[in-house]
Amino acid sequence: MSDSQAVLGTGEHAAHVEHPPYQRHHFVSMDQQNETVQFGMWLFLLTEIMFFGGLFTAYMIYRNWYYPAFVAGSHQLDIFLGTLNTLVLISSSFTMAMGVWCAETRRSRGLVLSLVATLILGLAFLGIKTDEYHEKYVKHHIPGHTFDWKGFTNPTPEEIAKGDKALAPDMAQKTEVYFSLYFAMTGMHALHMIIGIVLLCGMLFKASRGGYMDGHIAFVENFGLYWHFVDIVWIFLFPLLYLISRHQ
Amino acid sequence: MTELKTTGHAAAGGHGVQHDGEQHTEHHIVSPVVYLACFVALLICTGLTVGASYIEMYSWNAVVAIAIGVFKATLVVLFFMHVKYSSKLTKLTVGAGVFTFLILVGMSLSDYISRAWGQW
Repeated sequence: MSDSQAVLGTGEHAAHVEHPPYQRHHFVSMDQQNETVQFGMWLFLLTEIMFFGGLFTAYMIYRNWYYPAFVAGSHQLDIFLGTLNTLVLISSSFTMAMGVWCAETRRSRGLVLSLVATLILGLAFLGIKTDEYHEKYVKHHIPGHTFDWKGFTNPTPEEIAKGDKALAPDMAQKTEVYFSLYFAMTGMHALHMIIGIVLLCGMLFKASRGGYMDGHIAFVENFGLYWHFVDIVWIFLFPLLYLISRHQ
Repeated sequence: MTELKTTGHAAAGGHGVQHDGEQHTEHHIVSPVVYLACFVALLICTGLTVGASYIEMYSWNAVVAIAIGVFKATLVVLFFMHVKYSSKLTKLTVGAGVFTFLILVGMSLSDYISRAWGQW
């Protein structure tokens, strides 16, 4: 109590009485509170950027090191499914942005619809990803004791027709490094999606009961920032894992 | 392009007191038209990056793919994440983060490529 009055100074005691219920007492105004919350959210996202940055750096260095193995590993990914997932995720970012707009302009129905669309697209992404993971399982491309590198020393005629070359055994074994990084990067990305979907469900529950219509939409805005960040990670994962080794 | 503007106080239900001398950040509501344009641009860029991967450019394939990725990420940060319409504090935070990221990745990679300098 006394803290906020000390900050407010003279002539502004009235503001203390008439602030919105969701304004914390240690903030002078809602502007200051919103600014602080946004600043905190961005600091969190920066730690996330550093985290994924480490994975990207590892990928770049190992790709340079075991280049033929990374090319062969990359050829095992399905460009169509990767592109489809990119479109799904970009669409979910768009519907989430529309959700933030609906919350800002107090459109309750629009907010619920946007969040439902975002949820469906997020689940679709994970579904397609599961299908891709399953294919890796069937082909024994999951790192570990079941990993089969011998296939890379002896590509099938179809693979040769698509430009694959037979790898020497020592290089073929390094395809396990490619798939380790593939699963680490797409797995961490998928984990972020799953956490996002859990938060999204909670937000949808509140929105469906008329929540976020009182102007206090910090949670919706910050969830939007998180969701767009996850989209950005995929924007870089997709070309690095699926696209850049097509021709070699 | 219509851009609705309301102050944070109005969005919070009125009753705000203007604090003179402090930076007053207006809360921009970004128009759906902007979101839609950004969305279409992202779709086009996705098409471009997939198309570019089918063209033989040797080591330039990676450069082109990353350049398109950076452009797409910039669109998302500026418009979907509202940084274009945000306060100087937010812009500075994002800029400082990108700068630090580039230093960490750049220094790691330069250390890596210079370890065996001249031995390839």
